[in-house]
Amino acid sequence: MLVLARKKNESILIGEDIEIIISDISDDKVKLAIKAPKSMKVFRKELLLEIEQENKKSAESDHIDIQKLNIAIKKNI
Amino acid sequence: MLINTKFLGNIEIEEKDIISFEHGLPGFNKLNNFVLLPVEGNEALSYMQSLQETNVCFILINPFLLVEDYEIDISEDTVANLKIDKPADICLYSILTITEDIKDITANLTAPIVVNTVNNKAAQEVLNDSRYGIKYKLYREE
Repeated sequence: MLVLARKKNESILIGEDIEIIISDISDDKVKLAIKAPKSMKVFRKELLLEIEQENKKSAESDHIDIQKLNIAIKKNI
Repeated sequence: MLINTKFLGNIEIEEKDIISFEHGLPGFNKLNNFVLLPVEGNEALSYMQSLQETNVCFILINPFLLVEDYEIDISEDTVANLKIDKPADICLYSILTITEDIKDITANLTAPIVVNTVNNKAAQEVLNDSRYGIKYKLYREE
């Protein structure tokens, strides 16, 4: 793992198409500006972890009561 | 072919009905092949049964029934991977998380399942758009 120090407005390049600019630094937060090709997906890591957890929870249900589910859905529509 | 399912026992499916997730789903990276099956008693729902793990079966709902003007921006990466030609070719589903108390049942509108109905290639698209939420509650108090 590469670890390096950067100051505000400095940037790092990853490969030829990705640039990460340190656009602001405050007490315990950095603001990053990311220039990457549109085909490159950029996510906050915790978002992906949340989706993983939610998927696992969704797949856990052992018993599905469709009638009960219908009640919840009808309340909504 | 005959498959074993979590909720419907052994059933016969056709190979052309298999949808394939090249990279699996978040949390289930190795599960690539699923089949969509109707849920008796509710046309808005489908089972998404894994062909590799009988115990993995998601319940999906049509997201447009929950949010009429639901809109998502599918990434170029997914458009290329699923070889999507036009919007009319795709089907969108949201995964439900079903709980004992119906008031806590939620739909994941932040990461819908996208299926290209032309070639049955599928992906779970993670949206950088927090408008709808991972835990969208189905039950609305009046």
